[in-house]
Amino acid sequence: MYAKILNQLTAPKPVSRRRFLLGAGAVAGGLAVGFRLPPAQAQEGETAPINPLNAYITIHPDNTVTVLSSQFDMGQGAWHGLASLVVEELGADWDQITVKGVNGNPAAYGNLTAGGAFQLSGGSSSVFTSFDRYRVAGATAREMLKAAAAKRWNVNVDSLVVSDGFVRNGDQAASFGDLVADAAQIPVPENVALKPREEWSTLGSDALRRFDTDPKTRGTFTYTGDVQIPGMLTAVMIHPPRFGATVKSFDGSKALARDGVEHVVAIHRGVAVVAKTMFDALQGKELVEVEWDESAAEKRGSDALLSAYRETVMNEPEVVARTEGDAPAAIKQATQMVEATYEFPYLAHAAMEPLNAVAHMRDDGVLDLYGGHQAPDLYQMIVSGMTELDMSNINLVIMPTGGGFGRRAVLDADVVTEAAMVAKAIDYSAPVKVQWTRENDTLGGRYRPATIHRVQAGLDENGNIVGWDSHIVSQSLIKGTAFDSGAEVDNTVVEGASNLPYAIDNLRVGATMPQVGVPVLWWRAVGSTHTAYAVETFIDELAAKAKKDPVDYRLAMLKDHPRHAAVLKLAAEKAGWGEALPEGRYRGVSLHESFKSYVAQVVEISIEDDLPKVHKVVCAVDCGIAINPDVVRAQMEGGIGFGLGAVLAEELTLKDGYVQQSNYDAYTPLRMNASPEVEVHIVDSDAGPTGVGEPGVPPIGPAVANAVRSATGKHVTTLPFQKGMRA
Amino acid sequence: MIKLTVNGVAHQFDGDTSTPVLWFLRDELNLTGTKFGCGAAQCGACTVHVDGKAQRSCVLPISAVDGASLTTIEGLDPEGNHPLQKAWIEHQVPQCGYCQGGQIMQAASLLDKNPSPSDQDIVDAMSGNLCRCGTYTRIHKAIKSVAASTLSQNDSGVQQFEPATRGRGVVV
Repeated sequence: MYAKILNQLTAPKPVSRRRFLLGAGAVAGGLAVGFRLPPAQAQEGETAPINPLNAYITIHPDNTVTVLSSQFDMGQGAWHGLASLVVEELGADWDQITVKGVNGNPAAYGNLTAGGAFQLSGGSSSVFTSFDRYRVAGATAREMLKAAAAKRWNVNVDSLVVSDGFVRNGDQAASFGDLVADAAQIPVPENVALKPREEWSTLGSDALRRFDTDPKTRGTFTYTGDVQIPGMLTAVMIHPPRFGATVKSFDGSKALARDGVEHVVAIHRGVAVVAKTMFDALQGKELVEVEWDESAAEKRGSDALLSAYRETVMNEPEVVARTEGDAPAAIKQATQMVEATYEFPYLAHAAMEPLNAVAHMRDDGVLDLYGGHQAPDLYQMIVSGMTELDMSNINLVIMPTGGGFGRRAVLDADVVTEAAMVAKAIDYSAPVKVQWTRENDTLGGRYRPATIHRVQAGLDENGNIVGWDSHIVSQSLIKGTAFDSGAEVDNTVVEGASNLPYAIDNLRVGATMPQVGVPVLWWRAVGSTHTAYAVETFIDELAAKAKKDPVDYRLAMLKDHPRHAAVLKLAAEKAGWGEALPEGRYRGVSLHESFKSYVAQVVEISIEDDLPKVHKVVCAVDCGIAINPDVVRAQMEGGIGFGLGAVLAEELTLKDGYVQQSNYDAYTPLRMNASPEVEVHIVDSDAGPTGVGEPGVPPIGPAVANAVRSATGKHVTTLPFQKGMRA
Repeated sequence: MIKLTVNGVAHQFDGDTSTPVLWFLRDELNLTGTKFGCGAAQCGACTVHVDGKAQRSCVLPISAVDGASLTTIEGLDPEGNHPLQKAWIEHQVPQCGYCQGGQIMQAASLLDKNPSPSDQDIVDAMSGNLCRCGTYTRIHKAIKSVAASTLSQNDSGVQQFEPATRGRGVVV
């Protein structure tokens, strides 16, 4: 399968827009990896100005405006963000705006964190990659509308004013819908001026409320699972019980005897039961017998893997991500040597909407694929390879989904290929929705990898850090996949540790990436979900040895990192760091940069039943200009909940290759009864906007752990706390 | 033959009586506001009202609602303007929104029984409903604002609260 794709990827000629070449190494930010367009294409994309009325905005004669979003919305508010960028410059009325996901034009939609080569939503980059692009589109469209009005009214364009969806000249007014046909004939202007920030009317404020809130409170918002097509069948998957197993044979006859079950078919990822309704498919699934070929299956358990990692971590790292000075020597010569070994479990994304996709072969021979397509160009290419349909006959319909957290950005397009191949297996005789059960979703792999870190440091007589040596053992997210650029270091394994901001002269961050058959993936905040914990709790451990205040200790090492220092100071100040607390309450602090944003959090906890209960989190964030402050607050609140649930009680384990948790009874995200009050403070900044979807996640775990140290003196090094504090 | 009303409309069902109400609503009636999250009464995304009481429709066989009156998120208020729905918008609660129909149905059932719940009452009533986006603080504030406005006939809005309680990740 991959060999086929790689052949396509590396085929020298002809080069189409939809084909990628594997290129330079991974860059920071999780999903921003490996792809580069060949130079000819990149130039092609850069020369002609892109017509916003083709690529980014559709203004309809009925005066509605559709923002064409290159970014997928899994709930984080990307569509709101892009729409708000357009509205500010276009001068549209918020109520005339709708947003639609689009794909198929890498020159216009390629993610800039990946060099613009291909379309991707990830790495918390939606606003970063869209900030100029969608404002320029709005401004360009506005100028075209003005030019059309000036021509119609025979007036100077400078006398025109645009607001609320109208172009006005004194008492004369024309709606966008009225002008758009003329505007489309205007040559696309170049170098339109963008409004300076002081002139923004809605951007940077809470004036625009998310347009998707109303339908989401009324049950009328359409998710992938809600797509309805006449005659559509529903398919439920039977996946291999162990990763790497394949179907040897199956017997679907009993299932087919049940009313409503229409087909039982084997595809590349298992057996699909295709039925009239979901319940029919679920009932049919129980009647199918499958014999599996487990010869290539991963049969190790997580305990066995982690104990192997514990040995590996004592060896020299396989690759070095960053080195300065001579860390091992400096530690050897230090007054005091401190070390800790951390263990992190596999984690599931566990989004509320289990994975799904819909495939529908239209009468015109085009296969519509509905889904949460986080990397659409890649998915289109993979589906084309598997179905042998021409890429021009595959139409991706990008739907919003009920969460994602990284799970919809998969290098093998898993559930999307299932929908396409089930549809193919039944000769495209009916539209098919593949709907995973919760069990499919939890057992289905693509986890945050289980990881072990060993950190050693040396302190001088004043408690200053003279050496820091860190070794991370984790499966690579990228090695061996179609995204593997051949770079020695997979940045998604070491990010958050290799960019340690603290001034330490002798520093080494290394990694070893074992081959394991458990599929892994980016999980909201990726490498920083474990590196931030190790780094930030170890810093507190060192501050304790040095008998220094954790905030002061950090600030002394952040002289060259003013944005880190500023968020740390802000969080400490707002949380009353250093002030007396009621009896039984304890504080902890942490600081982390991810996805180009800086976040510090101070938590207040008590200990109940030997576990931390988090009462309050004060969060300071510098994400550059906050274009929608309430979305930033929401993402910090949500990121904190996501990260807190993980460190408290989330853990996936395997026994003999079988995943042991399959539903929310055993895999337990945060609920309201453990949810703290969250207070968010946003640093006022003129820097360009950076990530908010993920950066709220990494600091919460270490902040809680540091508060646990204050409360109990215990340095928790095994997660989740449920395990690490009761071991 | 099962007879029931959904959002005030009478329906009949003569299929497999073990069919969960969730799939009857979604696949037979095309009422897709009620969501499939877990199929095991663990997440609350499928919450509907059966004769006014919040129930998890994913594990509720249709045979158990013969003669009953069901309300889904689409039917909670004829205009979609239940005080909780307005509060959800005011507080900009949803992120992905997938769980929010169930959250609102659960909260509506709480307020129906207990129009002025304490912070702890809210936590107790709502901790069976998962939100993977972590909108709990806003859900709590939104419910509290409706409770407060019912009491004082004003929209005094957000009040301080202390949602963290004993236990972690445990269904109440």
